[in-house]
Amino acid sequence: MDLVEFLVKTVTIVAVFGLTLVIAMYSTWAERKVAGFIQDRSGPNRAGWGGLLQPLADAGKMFFKEDFIPALANKWLFIAGPSLAMLTALLASAVIPFGSTFRIAGHEVALQGVESNIGILYVFGVVALGVYGIMVGGWASNNKFSLLGAIRAASQNISYEVAMGLSLIAILMMSSSLSLGEIVAQQHGMNWNIFYQPLGFIIFITCSFAECNRVPFDLPECETELVGGYHTEYGSMKLGFYLFAEYINMFISSAIISVLYFGGYNYPGMDFVYEQLVKSFGPEVGHNIATLIGTAVFFGKALFFVFFYMWVRWTIPRFRYDQLMNLGWKKLIPLAIFNIIITGAAVLFLKPVITAWLN
Amino acid sequence: MQLTNRSKQVSNKQMTLAERAYLPAIATGLAITIKHFFSKKVTIQYPEVKRYLGPVFRGRHILKRDADGRERCTACGLCAVACPAEAISMVAAERVKGEENLYREEKYAAVYEVNMLRCIFCGLCEEACPKQAVYLRHDEFVPVFTERDQVIWGKDLLVEDMNNRYTREAWTKEEARALDAKRASGEVTNVVPRAIP
Repeated sequence: MDLVEFLVKTVTIVAVFGLTLVIAMYSTWAERKVAGFIQDRSGPNRAGWGGLLQPLADAGKMFFKEDFIPALANKWLFIAGPSLAMLTALLASAVIPFGSTFRIAGHEVALQGVESNIGILYVFGVVALGVYGIMVGGWASNNKFSLLGAIRAASQNISYEVAMGLSLIAILMMSSSLSLGEIVAQQHGMNWNIFYQPLGFIIFITCSFAECNRVPFDLPECETELVGGYHTEYGSMKLGFYLFAEYINMFISSAIISVLYFGGYNYPGMDFVYEQLVKSFGPEVGHNIATLIGTAVFFGKALFFVFFYMWVRWTIPRFRYDQLMNLGWKKLIPLAIFNIIITGAAVLFLKPVITAWLN
Repeated sequence: MQLTNRSKQVSNKQMTLAERAYLPAIATGLAITIKHFFSKKVTIQYPEVKRYLGPVFRGRHILKRDADGRERCTACGLCAVACPAEAISMVAAERVKGEENLYREEKYAAVYEVNMLRCIFCGLCEEACPKQAVYLRHDEFVPVFTERDQVIWGKDLLVEDMNNRYTREAWTKEEARALDAKRASGEVTNVVPRAIP
């Protein structure tokens, strides 16, 4: 039995891992396509149908380029940088609930790599580690632009992690659980957190833009000031790993946003669909089909937020560094604390009144 | 003196709350970009679709023949002299008896070469030519070459093909479209049809 469980977990983890990589790969394609469409162009369309083979071509190019390490760089840390970025980016996907459960021969298999009761804490721990990839790489390059980019990344991530964590506390106060699966299950029946926490959502999404080093907060790779930022000295697949890690982070944070605020795999009319499916296909197949629909809905939500990242990227110019810090420390953190107080008051005083009135 | 009425007084006033919150401005920006996302794309898919570049575009060279199919070039060398890039070279030869249907005058170019790496497509050869023999085509480029021996174009590539004569009939975009439509329907057949968006 233990072996079966181990195998099932392995298969889920490998599937989640593979899926994350494929989505990140096609995010690079989608980014260029979205960029093109927004600028009235048509984007890459030569490699394969609609340019769909473009990511493969790019990866092939990256692999065959000269793997150059600067003479004065610290060789091991120089290699460790992109590896760390990639590792931390991939770690976070393990706890995301992609759907409810699969019923196979009477067993319930959760569509989640690891069912952890501290899921969100784990995500935050891994995301906080993410900055080390950039920091180590930028520092080991032995180049002042790289170092400046790395320092910017570190200070930016630390600043925005505070506001991000604070905006999350309001969610946790409502759900009184750290488990992502539990948080999603509580949002069943259009009880999506976005309706209760609009301010928290705005703070969270702003901070996740900053955490992913995406426009308008992409100061670590600000070309006009820092050549290439922390990856100035990088080339070939090591550079590819940095860029790839960014896209993985984007997908992970989009998934987290849809889990925390948009009900994960929940969608309106879910119970009705479930009943109909169970009625027509039986409790096992019907349940599994309902789960698959939920998973598709979840990916729809997550991919919409990936699109939103790109949409914002091609709309807003980059913040100046002092504006970035002002926004983080003087606006988002006070707002997040205000949000916590409001939520606390609502949970303590408003919720009993409304529940009493509803009953 | 006021030149336009588009000028704005520069002001240093405090931003309003809505401006400081960034979000309204961001929403406006997002609305503009999503409108462009769904708008018609301006890209012309180049190798498949070619734009009409106008009747005075200077593309690749052609050595014209006259109405009877005789080469017009008399190898006077004025084009080579006029060429600022020194791309043109030629060897003159005397027409012998029996070649009257090949060359219009007694002297002709036995070899006429254009180095396409040197050529800057300025069109001075065209202007210098007293016999209206050399032209830069308005409808064809020099194709991409990958080998060194493809660089120098000899008479085999330059001299006009009588079955596919080069004429500059269309002088406006509309005329060019009409001509293309005629060619596509088979009414005019001297130049291969090309698409105009």
